[in-house]
Amino acid sequence: MCLAIPGRVISISNTDTESKIAKVDFGGVIREVCVDWIPDIKIGDYVLVHVGFALNKLDEKEAEEILNTIKNLEEN
Amino acid sequence: MNEQININSCPVPQTEYDRILMAHGGGGKFSKNLLEQYIYPLFDNEILSQKHDSAIFEISNTKFAFTTDSFVVNPIYFPGGDIGKLAVYGTVNDLSVAGAKPVFISLSFIIEEGFPIEDFKKILLSIKQATEIADVKIITGDTKVVEKGSCDKIFINTTGIGIIENQIEINPSKCKAGDKIILSGSIGEHGISILVSRNNFELETNIESDTAPLNSLVEKIINVSKNIHMMRDPTRGGLSSCLNEIAQSAKVGMLIYEDKIRIREDVKSICELLGLDPLYVANEGKLVVIVDSKDADLVLNTMRQHPLGKDSQIIGELIEDQFNLVYMKTIIGTTRIVDMISGEQLPRIC
Amino acid sequence: MKFIDEYRNADDSKRIVDKIKNILRHNWYIMEICGGQTHTILKYRLEEILPEKITLLHGPGCPVCVTSVEFIDKAIQLSFHKDVILTSYGDMLRVPGTKYSLLYSKSIGANVKTIYSPIDALKLAKDYPDKKIIFFAIGFETTAPATASSIIQARKMGLKNFFVLCAHVLVPPAIEILLKSQLTKIDGIIAAGHVCTVMGFKEYIPIAKKYKVPIVVTGFEPNDLLLGIFMTVKQLEEGRYDVENQYKRAVREEGNMSAKKIMFDVFEVVDRKWRGIGFINNSGLKIKKEFEDMDAEKVFSLNTQIDEIDTECIAGLILQGIKKPVDCLNFARKCTPENPLGAPMVSSEGSCNAYYKFGSVKINN
Repeated sequence: MCLAIPGRVISISNTDTESKIAKVDFGGVIREVCVDWIPDIKIGDYVLVHVGFALNKLDEKEAEEILNTIKNLEEN
Repeated sequence: MNEQININSCPVPQTEYDRILMAHGGGGKFSKNLLEQYIYPLFDNEILSQKHDSAIFEISNTKFAFTTDSFVVNPIYFPGGDIGKLAVYGTVNDLSVAGAKPVFISLSFIIEEGFPIEDFKKILLSIKQATEIADVKIITGDTKVVEKGSCDKIFINTTGIGIIENQIEINPSKCKAGDKIILSGSIGEHGISILVSRNNFELETNIESDTAPLNSLVEKIINVSKNIHMMRDPTRGGLSSCLNEIAQSAKVGMLIYEDKIRIREDVKSICELLGLDPLYVANEGKLVVIVDSKDADLVLNTMRQHPLGKDSQIIGELIEDQFNLVYMKTIIGTTRIVDMISGEQLPRIC
Repeated sequence: MKFIDEYRNADDSKRIVDKIKNILRHNWYIMEICGGQTHTILKYRLEEILPEKITLLHGPGCPVCVTSVEFIDKAIQLSFHKDVILTSYGDMLRVPGTKYSLLYSKSIGANVKTIYSPIDALKLAKDYPDKKIIFFAIGFETTAPATASSIIQARKMGLKNFFVLCAHVLVPPAIEILLKSQLTKIDGIIAAGHVCTVMGFKEYIPIAKKYKVPIVVTGFEPNDLLLGIFMTVKQLEEGRYDVENQYKRAVREEGNMSAKKIMFDVFEVVDRKWRGIGFINNSGLKIKKEFEDMDAEKVFSLNTQIDEIDTECIAGLILQGIKKPVDCLNFARKCTPENPLGAPMVSSEGSCNAYYKFGSVKINN
């Protein structure tokens, strides 16, 4: 359920209906995404997008942390 | 909260469709059923039963390949091509993969009333250019005009004739376990470029259709190797349908490697975004070659020297398998079956 | 793609599986709730590398599969109304109602359109002022805020030709029903990462306590799932039943407050019937009174007489993880994606379809 894909915010603009819309780059493909639910959104952020809406920012530190956790499984 | 769970079941949908659905034209199981159930039994003969993209027969000691195809693409112009170019190259490719040199093409139009002459001229010019590039002649044709709404702008039907010159025999019965599978480049570009240009999904990309004539590439490889057993161009239904068709007609299994199949990053992204499987997305300028393993590197290197084959890869091999299935080693090292597409591929949300 | 490819690494998969084998002592039944995760499990055939002591159960987390027949019948009826364009997500079009699917109704003249986002439905409403655009809204808490947002937007834009047929459902009540029913053994739960992106995971803490099951919020890539399974097994072997978060890169404990707010501004919680399971209390979302001018069920006249026909489909048992698709006598025989007997074979998220497509049954290791 709930296919959601990470993409990078490349620009942010307000539409006439005061909804915050960002252009998001998914590996070379650009689509407009509604970022109303991410109050502190800024250019360069990675967001998780589902049906045209950004659900959350992706935390790069945590993303790295999971990979480290996996690498360290052997030692523990 | 209700304590009692009611295990009711799903109502049965209609299983035997009494109407043609879009899925019947999708190049997968529905299309296959249409042929197997209604067409093959009715017209049964020894040439039709070859079930190739081209029929192969002899007249006065000359071996011919003969094919026909219709083009109904929407939109008629798309990044990297248009309906005219597609019609010529699609026909050329069906002949080429039979090992034939394409020579003559017929050209029929069904045009919707009100279609701009300017667009008609543009498509004709595109067709002319494509025939020059592919080195084939248009030698006959027809035009019909139908009332507004009876067809979508313009449909093209072609027939192609090619001559099989060398004593080459491209035939699924020659395929055997151990043969290598070579793919001429990255997959999914045509289908994705069409999807994007229909603009249902508001995506900005620069993905272009890969539509191209494969005859010069095929000519090069049949000149260097007499051990090519089978060729096919993976169009509708994508690479998966193409491989499954070969596996079934050659009565072999296949093992392919996910990490050997090239997919452009942006094509992959759109597939991720819409929940599509790139293995099922259409191509219009790619070649799949089944070749004896002893000639595999020779054919691979020959393909890589051609502009349309520079990204060629050996993506797997034929194996013994009583079910004639296509198996794929995934990137995490497990094995799964790559089934034939069953209907239309619809975007998943979930 | 960044944030995707890193979690599809074969060496890492092996590391996690080795570690699972290393700590595993007992047989465990672990249910992943979400259809997207089922899809990943089968597409990458994770069961091939997991030890036999772990049985994965596939839960009712395919919104397409659990949407009740009545709703599909309503959508089909609406698609034939004059001047209506019925829009929905691709997968939904294939699922049969009482008689047939939306795809079939399209083939006999209904105006049905696949969209990627409810925003696309709004655009249609703006571009075709003489048409009535109905959005058939399905999905869980991940998808519901987007529907809510489109209703708010339509109000702001002053659109009078945008309507929603709302079939949204909520995950926790369904989990609780399964744990309560005791028809199936569930030792641990892999919770749906993207639902929790919106909702957070506080509401799972009492469930884990009450039913003594570990719950691990998990992502969607193969190594996310393997790690989620590892964390669940570790808790089980240690006799713990906490709520843990494997998917920290996307999920915060409180979820996304703005998305939650808009969802409950527009919707209220109601009882809802789930296909294959039946009514579950407080498991659905309905459009609030102040927006009922956009509620397709209120605006359009609908005939909702449907006859449930008993069939040989065991979808109810499949969706609850009581049986696996291969336990069904009709699986891959009478019931295939071309001739589905029930929803789990139709949707690419459905367990039966995924089992069939990725051929878990045909491979003899």
